[in-house]
Amino acid sequence: MLTPGFADPVLHAQAAFRAVLDAMSRPGRVQLAGPGLAPPAPLMRASAAVLLSLADAATPVWHDAGADADAWLRFHAGAPVATTPRDAAFVLATGAPPTLAALDAGTEEEPERGATLLIQVEAIEEGTGLRLTGPGIEHEHRLLVRGLPDGFVAAWAANRALFPRGVDVILCAWDRLAALPRTVAIAEG
Amino acid sequence: MNAPLAGYNFAYLDEATKRMLRRTILKAVAVPGHQIPFGAREMPLPYGWGTGGIQVTAAILGPADTLKVIDQGADDTTNAISIRRFFTRVAGVATTERTEEATIIQTRHRIPEAALREDQILVYQVPQPEPLSKLEPRRAETKRLHALADYGLMHVRLYEDIARLGHIAKAYDYPVMVNGRYLMSPSPIPAFDNPKMHRMAALQLFGAGREKRIYAIPPYTEVRSLDFEDHPFRPIRAPQACALCGSRESYLDEVITDDRGGRVFVCSDTDYCGTRVAAQKGVA
Amino acid sequence: MYVAVKGGERAISAAHAWLDETRRGDPAVPELTVAQIEQQMGLAVDRVMAEGSCHDRFLAALAIKQAKGDLIEAAFLLRAYRTTLPRFGASEPLDTGAMRLRRRISATYKDLPGGQVLGPTFDYTHRLLDFALAAEGAPPPAAPEAAAPVAPTPRVTELLAREGLMQREAAEPGEPGDLTRQPLTFPAPRDVRLQNLARGDEGFVLALGYSTQRGYGGNHPFVGEIRVGHVTVEFTPPELGFPIEIGEIGITECQMVNQFKGSRTEPPQFTRGYGLVFGHGERRAMSMALVDRALRSAELGEDVTAPAQDQEFVLYHSDNIEATGFVEHLKLPHYVDFQSELENLRTIRAALARDSMAEAAE
Repeated sequence: MLTPGFADPVLHAQAAFRAVLDAMSRPGRVQLAGPGLAPPAPLMRASAAVLLSLADAATPVWHDAGADADAWLRFHAGAPVATTPRDAAFVLATGAPPTLAALDAGTEEEPERGATLLIQVEAIEEGTGLRLTGPGIEHEHRLLVRGLPDGFVAAWAANRALFPRGVDVILCAWDRLAALPRTVAIAEG
Repeated sequence: MNAPLAGYNFAYLDEATKRMLRRTILKAVAVPGHQIPFGAREMPLPYGWGTGGIQVTAAILGPADTLKVIDQGADDTTNAISIRRFFTRVAGVATTERTEEATIIQTRHRIPEAALREDQILVYQVPQPEPLSKLEPRRAETKRLHALADYGLMHVRLYEDIARLGHIAKAYDYPVMVNGRYLMSPSPIPAFDNPKMHRMAALQLFGAGREKRIYAIPPYTEVRSLDFEDHPFRPIRAPQACALCGSRESYLDEVITDDRGGRVFVCSDTDYCGTRVAAQKGVA
Repeated sequence: MYVAVKGGERAISAAHAWLDETRRGDPAVPELTVAQIEQQMGLAVDRVMAEGSCHDRFLAALAIKQAKGDLIEAAFLLRAYRTTLPRFGASEPLDTGAMRLRRRISATYKDLPGGQVLGPTFDYTHRLLDFALAAEGAPPPAAPEAAAPVAPTPRVTELLAREGLMQREAAEPGEPGDLTRQPLTFPAPRDVRLQNLARGDEGFVLALGYSTQRGYGGNHPFVGEIRVGHVTVEFTPPELGFPIEIGEIGITECQMVNQFKGSRTEPPQFTRGYGLVFGHGERRAMSMALVDRALRSAELGEDVTAPAQDQEFVLYHSDNIEATGFVEHLKLPHYVDFQSELENLRTIRAALARDSMAEAAE
């Protein structure tokens, strides 16, 4: 039995999008998304809200979230499943994510084709942790991430060096999310 | 919030179109200043009258927003009224003429005088998103030039002005470099407004409907007007003071008052001017 | 003391009311019905359906009424309505070989299977104003009716292709592109080019087609065939998996036969320029076929030198809704930009005046 998607598909999708837009515009600032959603495990509310508001028949999705999540996403978002992470517009990792280099980074002429990677982590907290600088950040934002994949910061530096190509990341922790657009520089705290 | 127009989705566009626009907007934020082609829809307002800005606003707008629409800096210009009416009709959102009350400001040709805040979004209507269009009309070619960050054409164009006239003659739609990477059209705002874009606290989104491009500048992002070391960029305004509020800082419209050369100068930003006039009356 | 102008809101409302009044005209004259427009202004309806990119005679007629007969404005109304409709998918390709013909002519053969069918055409009418039409009266007597042809009516281009003289074109896999959903990219594939031309401005496409005849990118065209009539539209719902008939539309198809001198890989043969439009629109379909062939220059290895062969030039400027919007937007206020130009000009002239004063003083 599938749990419902957005109770109000129009207005809740708009609210989730604005949370992602705020997050992407201000890297490292934490936003709330997906209150009221009850997606099947291991999907978290925030990542479910991001995909419901942005993915559809035009965007192949790759994920490792298993059959229940797959059925839920197919029903509510209608997105085709990508066979490999490289073919996906959205990649959702609930466990160890594919390496950034394994995803579509777009082309020099069309960098917008770069994928969006959603990583589910244990917790995200503003104020301490990683030091973020770049567009969207006045001086420096700090973001503590529990459950960040090993080697992420080094892989991120390589991703950032591809600019304007690159992958954009959304970190999701339950109903919280923070984004790392490809422009952001990350230094360990 | 009023009830939106029956028979149409909230904010007019269908949800699939909004998702397409939203994905485009997010990538635009991630690659500041880069124009992203999008499947612009045919809107019930004409191309060239703000269809790009309208689609961007429709994609981001929610019931919690308060919308302000300006054209030439003014809320009461006919096209601004028409667009504001459109969103009142199809989304039932609250509107305002006060810059400080707005969460979304859609604009044509101006940036408000008051500094914008982090909780505001500025949406520009853009007639021609390609800053190189007058120098190279082919989009396949300008796309390649942006990929190579090859902006020599524009530097030559500006340098020719200096050689001929002693300074850069571009008075509006003055090209900028965003985050040190992409040459970008700021839309036809006066060059006077360009410095406001630099490290603005608000998110800036740009929509070109007819040309089917969206681009963005995230908050606190470097935006530099192109210039040369020996010929630095300098914004100009009429040297007069506003006839209504006395401002010597704001951008002015010139109003012809008779056929004998009579003229006055008044603020183009009507909310800025009105706020100052009200404050002056309060003091007096 | 200067007082700022206000009252835009009231002015707009009053202007709309006045527009409504002028649309109706003199109330002593009977009001046009949508059905009258649909029946008696049929070619205007066809043009609006083509440029409005929406096959619905009633809506097109309504748009013409609302637009006071401004056909570009009417196409704009229809397009804006069309955007709000859900998209179910792409139909099966139309079989124009099975068209129920009202008119079918070939300029390349005197007679051919299925015959020449002149149909309801202005061709060979003498363009003399018919003052009898000014006096409303009884409908004209019914036209004589021939027996419906029993033999099939094969397409002329197919007859040539069987002989190996006409280039065969491979079907492109997958759904055709749709430029109402995806922006143009270059080089644009032929399906998208054809869509663009089919809904392009009739005057623009006509002028470009004409330019190819006057030496700007021509390929010695012959009208292989023009056919006007009705075809069945079929759609395969994913849940059924087989096509079902969903209706019938009126269309005009033009196949131009053009010379091609051959290349290293292909022998000399005829090539096709193709035009297909909603309703009865021969001028549009023929112009489209000329421009389609011109736009194939690059893929056929011909030099691209003329405007009609230039994809970006043709496809970016053919849409009259885009064009009229951007041309007419010049009447929106531009006083901020104009002011910046004024100050700029004053600054330059002041500097020049200073320089010449300084020179004079030296």
